[in-house]
Amino acid sequence: MWDTRWAPYLYISPFFIVFAIVGLFPLAYTAYVSLHEWSLLGGKGEFIGLQNYRDVWDNPYFTKQVVNTVSIFVLSSGPQIVISVVLAALLDNQLRGRTFWRMSILLPFVVSPVAVAIIFGSVFGDRYGLLNELLGTVGIGPIAWHTDRFASHVAIATMVNWRWTGFNALIFLAAMQAVPRDLYESAELDGAGRIRQFLSITLPMIRPTMIFVIITSTIGGLQIFAEPRLFDETTTRNGGSDRQFGTITMLIYNFGWQLRDLGRASATAWMLFLLILVMALVNLILMRRIGSLGGDR
Amino acid sequence: MTRRPGFLVYGLLAAFVLGSAAPFYWSFLLGSHTAQVAAQGVPPLLPGGHFLDNASRVIDTVPFWKALGNSVLVSSVCATSTVVFGTLAGYAFAKLRFRGRSALLAGVVATMAVPTQLGVVPLFILMSKLGWTGTTWSIIFPTLVTAFGVFFMRQYLVDAVPDELIEAARMDGCSQIGIVWNVVAPAARPAAAILWLFTFMATWTDFFWPFIALPADNPTIQVALNQLQSGFFKDYSLVLTGATLATVPLLILFVLTGRQLVAGIMQGAVKG
Repeated sequence: MWDTRWAPYLYISPFFIVFAIVGLFPLAYTAYVSLHEWSLLGGKGEFIGLQNYRDVWDNPYFTKQVVNTVSIFVLSSGPQIVISVVLAALLDNQLRGRTFWRMSILLPFVVSPVAVAIIFGSVFGDRYGLLNELLGTVGIGPIAWHTDRFASHVAIATMVNWRWTGFNALIFLAAMQAVPRDLYESAELDGAGRIRQFLSITLPMIRPTMIFVIITSTIGGLQIFAEPRLFDETTTRNGGSDRQFGTITMLIYNFGWQLRDLGRASATAWMLFLLILVMALVNLILMRRIGSLGGDR
Repeated sequence: MTRRPGFLVYGLLAAFVLGSAAPFYWSFLLGSHTAQVAAQGVPPLLPGGHFLDNASRVIDTVPFWKALGNSVLVSSVCATSTVVFGTLAGYAFAKLRFRGRSALLAGVVATMAVPTQLGVVPLFILMSKLGWTGTTWSIIFPTLVTAFGVFFMRQYLVDAVPDELIEAARMDGCSQIGIVWNVVAPAARPAAAILWLFTFMATWTDFFWPFIALPADNPTIQVALNQLQSGFFKDYSLVLTGATLATVPLLILFVLTGRQLVAGIMQGAVKG
């Protein structure tokens, strides 16, 4: 029958057509654009080889914004993984009102990054923000959340953490519930306490899930744009007056749509892609290493 | 660890839930006071009576209704088409034998790792060439079907549709498309509902590409929020009212379907 042979290709074709146009073609074409002078309005100019890459590399903001991006990423994914694993361990109990707790921690997920940034932008206000007022009552601060480089990274990482911790906790919870219960029972017979059980049974068993969460948050986290942009209160909106919290994606936007230079924007996009690959690999190796150390004991 | 949890566990969980909910209240609280009160730091902790005034100021400042309509349109079209195309492709990958199947499936998985930000420049050039720049179609097209959607449906359908059932339908003279309609679609329904919800929420909250592609007079709700924020004077009561209004539709969706969302995240985690 003709349809048995061709139907599979027919069914998968919409995805591959769309992907070819909005995924594969852009990947190759970004590389092509990055090798030319290319203005937003005037279009393609001369072929200039790697000049755009050199220009971006030499741009003082490039290094700064790479460091900012990595710093915000580390500040968000580190605490986030730890807190969501703890949260998952709390949920992995015979709780009353299970559905209520699970739904409640997922609540922040419905707020868009733009809205999150607006809400937290006011909580982290430099002069009249809620947080500084609270810190003031115990004699701390005020902290310059928008102007101080490190403080601004903490503020932005907090937004990411608030939105994603519950989501990731549910993923970890699912992994924890898949751990065979008799492992715990035999550990208990051997006299292992709850903390001990958590460290030597739960954590190793959920490691594949942890790798999955870390890799996906690497891909997402390094592309961060909405949060720092909406957090910015200066008129240029490039990530603070001295770009103390500007990210790589903000630099892509700055090159492409503010300076109207699509060539440099493309070169920056490719460098972001490479950074994501490197960071994902580093995380993978790190997780493997930590895992094998645990196995030796 | 299955033990009856004590007071400490409930206390910690309650603290988490409070932390999750507090920013919602803060947003509504500032939105319910006048601009003058909101500008002077922490307002009285009970809501004021100005939320509707602020809401009408939001509607006057940005094309709010248009933005809301665009977001509803874009999100529901993308969610529906992702479910349809994702189910078709997912079924093909899960149940049909064809040349190059595993290589193509590996391709689908690999594309999930390609960052969207990478493609904005060519996407922008392409949309200008096609004359779609500034239209909602330029937002819809790139998300008509996603790699995640295909993979998610494939993972579900592998177990949900027994091979014997497909074989039996074929014996009865059912055509390929008939099998999809009569056998696969009913079985796929629970996963399809979850995929629809997630795609809807992801499209609703997306910012970077709509921000680049859409003009000020034809925004999505997120792009309109950005316009509110861009005013010269920082008017917290205005922007936080906007943030609240932009969140309410998803909040309603969440109240109605949160149970399925939780189940969906947890199922996806075990299989993925």
